Amino acid sequence: MTHRTSVLALASAALLGATALGAQAATLRYANQGDLKSLDPYTLNETTANAHLGHVYEGLTKRGKDLAIEPGLAESWEILDDGKRWRFKLREGVTFQNGNPFTADDVLFSADRVRASGSNFQTRVPADATFVKIDDHTVDVVLQTPNPILNAQWDTWYIMDQEWAQEFGAEMPTPASAETPSHAALNANGTGPFSITVHEPGIRTVFTANPTWWDEPEHNLDEIVFTPIASDATRVAALLSGEVDVIEPVPVQDIERVRASDRADVLTGPELRTIFLGFDQDRDELLYSNVEGENPFKDVRVREAFMRAIDADLIRDRVMRGLSTPSALMIAPELFAHSDEFERPAYDPERARELLAEAGYPDGFEVGMDCPNDRYVNDEAICQGVVSMLARVGVTVNLNAQPKAQYFAKVLKSGGYDTSFYLLGWTPGTFDSHNVLNDLHGCRAEGSPRGETNLGGYCNEAVDELIEQILVESDEEKRNDLIKQAYEITTGEFAYVPLHQQALAWGVADGVELVQRADNQVLLYWARKGD
Amino acid sequence: MLAFIIRRVLQAIGVLVAVGLIAFSMFRFAGDPINQLVSLDTPAAEREALRDALGLDDPVPAQFLRYMVEAVQFDFGISYQFRQPVSDMLASRAPATLELAIVATIFAMVVGILMGVYSALRRDSALAKLLQAVSLIGISLPTFLIGILLIYVFSVSLGWLPSFGRGEVVRIGGWTTGLLTASGWAAIIMPAITLGLFQMTLIMRLVRAEMLEVLRADYIRFARARGLTDRAINFGHALKNTLIPVITVAGLQFGSVVAFAIITETVFQWPGMGLLFVQAVQNVDIPIMAAYLMFVGAIFVVINLVVDILYTVVDPRLRSSLRAPT
Repeated sequence: MTHRTSVLALASAALLGATALGAQAATLRYANQGDLKSLDPYTLNETTANAHLGHVYEGLTKRGKDLAIEPGLAESWEILDDGKRWRFKLREGVTFQNGNPFTADDVLFSADRVRASGSNFQTRVPADATFVKIDDHTVDVVLQTPNPILNAQWDTWYIMDQEWAQEFGAEMPTPASAETPSHAALNANGTGPFSITVHEPGIRTVFTANPTWWDEPEHNLDEIVFTPIASDATRVAALLSGEVDVIEPVPVQDIERVRASDRADVLTGPELRTIFLGFDQDRDELLYSNVEGENPFKDVRVREAFMRAIDADLIRDRVMRGLSTPSALMIAPELFAHSDEFERPAYDPERARELLAEAGYPDGFEVGMDCPNDRYVNDEAICQGVVSMLARVGVTVNLNAQPKAQYFAKVLKSGGYDTSFYLLGWTPGTFDSHNVLNDLHGCRAEGSPRGETNLGGYCNEAVDELIEQILVESDEEKRNDLIKQAYEITTGEFAYVPLHQQALAWGVADGVELVQRADNQVLLYWARKGD
Repeated sequence: MLAFIIRRVLQAIGVLVAVGLIAFSMFRFAGDPINQLVSLDTPAAEREALRDALGLDDPVPAQFLRYMVEAVQFDFGISYQFRQPVSDMLASRAPATLELAIVATIFAMVVGILMGVYSALRRDSALAKLLQAVSLIGISLPTFLIGILLIYVFSVSLGWLPSFGRGEVVRIGGWTTGLLTASGWAAIIMPAITLGLFQMTLIMRLVRAEMLEVLRADYIRFARARGLTDRAINFGHALKNTLIPVITVAGLQFGSVVAFAIITETVFQWPGMGLLFVQAVQNVDIPIMAAYLMFVGAIFVVINLVVDILYTVVDPRLRSSLRAPT
């Protein structure tokens, strides 16, 4: 039963004065604020798209409910030759939804395709890794240098069928500039628990349970009907009126209203994304400031003063309505074993004023701040809170809050890092500290991707050295120790001001059970309805 | 007559080129499309390759010229986000928008005229005063607020009407329609009211004013003197003479109904062109933005052209002036 017929049922029920419930236990109706734009699994590396396509496609590995890496299309793997060779045993008897068997050739094909031009997942597989087919169900990956986190992101490197792609001329990922639309953008053929039976881009997508799936399904669904609903108020109304079963996200200000209704509830939990403030510590004079001839953010005391002047608890209580977890680190505690050894410096405006005075700014100074207003939960309101907290210690902040399209064009490398002080959010794609250290804390260097998103240009060679060691260290304990050393340096130098982890908020109708994973992937193959 | 039409068509093309030029110069302020196309941790080299492939580094006039040359052949490019030809996407979304606009216009005309006539004839009755007050609300409340109010009352509280979407649609050739199914009608009621409310109040006020004017005219007095029934006078003579400006305004307003459908479509997640456009703006999907603006420009131009031609058909006095070269 589709949502359309259920709407019909609702309408006729209203006319008859009866209720039309039950009877639709097997269809789950799901609304997200974003569209499912392209079905090609290598087009856009974004959480929502990856989650949608994860119902249809599968990777060699999977991530479980607690984000632990589990076997997927690869039954097992072992590391040989001192970490330079990984051997994957592929699962036998798996077929794609068009009936083709899954074999080593498909893995080799997918490894080429994911690294081809036009793919947004090129970094999933190292460019210099060679894939060798040992037999139909064994693949070796030969590396130039050991890489202990080679398969950390392979749960979203989805394996495609070589024959299917060749049959429909979809051997290459669809680049945005393609002259002709790709077959893979409108059709999907994976090995996963659901197949896509209807796809009207931007209108609705129907996922039907795949009866030939190799694993035992945990869900009890026949189909999932996905509709994008961009407007927050409409999405909440659709949940409250019983027209959809699951919505993501529930706007923070509507959570209480949904909880108070007798039809639905809100699942909340900390998300892996860390929201933080960054400083331009690279230029000799700030672009947006009244301080001339020097850059106050080069002085660690000024950065510490900012840290101490900002009350993350108050932001949680007032701006985030209790739904955020103040952070001490630039990575979510779930993703780093020694997180509990770090503590967020206490809010202390007195100390902040002293530090500013010591640094030579007893009367504070003026600085411009860049902030997105449609990217993170209540992003602009957080920035406004920061502005008024800094005003209390004498720093005047001129806030420039813009839509993400303009914001990112300004502050990222392509815009010339055009910012002095900014708010950004970061989830390490690998769920690993190396990504956080390398991308946000590594010294920027011409011709290297290291530090490209280190917008403020923080740089410490000791940290860079640790990053190199972390990349190749295979012993987990030693590796965690190196990561800890790196964070001790960066937090000691107040490289950033981490604010908080924002909360996940999924609206769920009564009678529906979901598993909420901290990476905000809405995975309905764990959903149960009506039992 | 032919020369007039040709002249008008040439002017229309000029207008469309101007629309395209203005749109293109605005896109530079919409942001960088690349950031919407790839994830934040995408290496800069990969971004550059994409930028190059899309031709975004070319000077604006070059981009504009390339776009116009392709647009003349009805090739509006490929959407950055959806990787589909924009002309196909607009064609699949157009039925939803046009259907909504037509239903909203009919609603506005029927209800607006009825309310206008009533409040002109029973000027002092309580209901007429109430209608006047309602029309004031309709003209001053923003569309999205009305939409959300309707959703809250009829979907969430009463559960009568769906809060989003188009219901079940039937495909007839290249057209999809929701007007052949019960769920389609249930789904169109609130969006059509939201979209048509402004036009409705406009028409009501227009009819009322025109009606009051006409009722004072000499021929109405003569009609009364001849002893015709009130019914014949009010509807046979007065209303008929009121309708000419009403139809003109409603026709000219149709273009803005289509254009303003953006907000209604966003509130009701109505899968039309306006919703596509809003999402394209958020994601800096320039091919969709450009094609939509050209489309809306074309609608305005065509409506004006038709109205101009109809005027000359209706009013012979205009014809002689047309022959004179301008």
